[in-house]
Amino acid sequence: MQELLISDQSSDTFCTKLWEESGQDVAECYQCGKCTAGCPLAPAMDLAPNQVMRLAQLGLENEVLNAQAIWLCAYCSTCSVRCPRGIHVAEVMDALRRMARRKGLPGAAKARRVAIFNDNFLATIKRFGRLHEVGSMLLFNLLSGRLFQNADVGYEMFRRGKIKLLIGRIKEIGEIRKIFQAVDKRRGQECPEQGGERK
Amino acid sequence: MKVAYFPGCCYETSAKEYDLSARLVCKHLGIELVEVPDWNCCGSTAAHSTDRLLALALAGRNLALVERMGLTVAAPCAACYQRLALARVELAGDECVRQKVNELTGYAYRGSAQVKSILEVIADLGEEKVKALVKKPLHGLRVAAYYGCLLLRPAEVQIDDPENPQLMDRVLRWTGAEAVDWTHKAECCGASLAVSNEDVVLPMVARILRAARLSGADCLATACAMCHFNLDLRQPKVSRVFGERYHLPVFYFTQLLGLAMGLSRKETNVHKHIVNTRPLLTRVLGEER
Repeated sequence: MQELLISDQSSDTFCTKLWEESGQDVAECYQCGKCTAGCPLAPAMDLAPNQVMRLAQLGLENEVLNAQAIWLCAYCSTCSVRCPRGIHVAEVMDALRRMARRKGLPGAAKARRVAIFNDNFLATIKRFGRLHEVGSMLLFNLLSGRLFQNADVGYEMFRRGKIKLLIGRIKEIGEIRKIFQAVDKRRGQECPEQGGERK
Repeated sequence: MKVAYFPGCCYETSAKEYDLSARLVCKHLGIELVEVPDWNCCGSTAAHSTDRLLALALAGRNLALVERMGLTVAAPCAACYQRLALARVELAGDECVRQKVNELTGYAYRGSAQVKSILEVIADLGEEKVKALVKKPLHGLRVAAYYGCLLLRPAEVQIDDPENPQLMDRVLRWTGAEAVDWTHKAECCGASLAVSNEDVVLPMVARILRAARLSGADCLATACAMCHFNLDLRQPKVSRVFGERYHLPVFYFTQLLGLAMGLSRKETNVHKHIVNTRPLLTRVLGEER
């Protein structure tokens, strides 16, 4: 059995960090489990959403940030609209993804694939200002080491004239690049996104 | 009525038929769509999962362009709608964040843009106006209106009740179709994970198709490019993997509206789908001329 160190201090520190990133106070959660009951992805997760909330409350940062669950959350927000404590659970998951991503690419396979997909998606936006569906998919296959995945889907799309190999750039692509450069520069500097104090 | 139009990145590729049918239907309904000049990707899931300010800035540039036009913006794609609408709420409510975002985009956005989904814009016209244009009522067509997650959640941007939405059902009834009552209309289909983790997503698609079939629906209608891609394109695979044979055409609600308004099947591009729509449409509308 794995030993975990739980202390009031680490718990409070992590709750505050999470609050700054998400605007949500996970300490409010009373573990009713409603988020998990309605989550369409819970069956595929290593930790159920209410378990993620509990570990976050306890300040078990590594356990939470290394969970695949935070990457399998699709931000559908069913949990958020049903939470009796008014916690936007999907926003907590989103914040955890961002925090985990700042620490590097996730190691677990399913989580890693989501992160790689996101990176590729953003790379095409940085380049063109819009999504390049084919380019982004091919790059994903290459980088995730599964060259022919979704080839069946691609073929059907091609037959129906739904694939465009060349896409144009938006006119002011410089504005998009500037956004990406500024955000890249900012990353790493801890800077609270939320105003106000956590209760 | 003039409305700013945000086509979204899939408009020339996977969701071509949504864009084309939305434009045609709006034209018939007297809604003039003016494309947002030089719009960029809304950032989608990839941006908000990676960096909050990046997501706000990508959406914020679009909102600034819309503000200049002085019009309400409508997006056909539910993902674009949600990103723009959420950014609108955040940038209108928090001056400090708005300032940071303006520094990134180089625009002086004041927080006044209004964002709607194309479903809302059409529903807002009202029953009388839309019904008056219905020339070929879709009598006998049983549709399961599928909303998915992006139009209904989170609460700040919901266009209808997140547990039992009715907006699309209502619009579909105006066409003469029957909108069935069913259980999975607001369930997430997992499209954002479909490329990265298809094995996780297939059972989600299967649950939705199963529920639609149980309700007695002939087909599904959606207002989301990602849902459409997932439910239509992956249907043969779901049938294969789960050993259940599905043949449920998936339409954009604008295509059904268009057909009811007398547009041809070619004009509404119903042949672009993976699941063959011809047998069903022949039953409802007769042989294609």
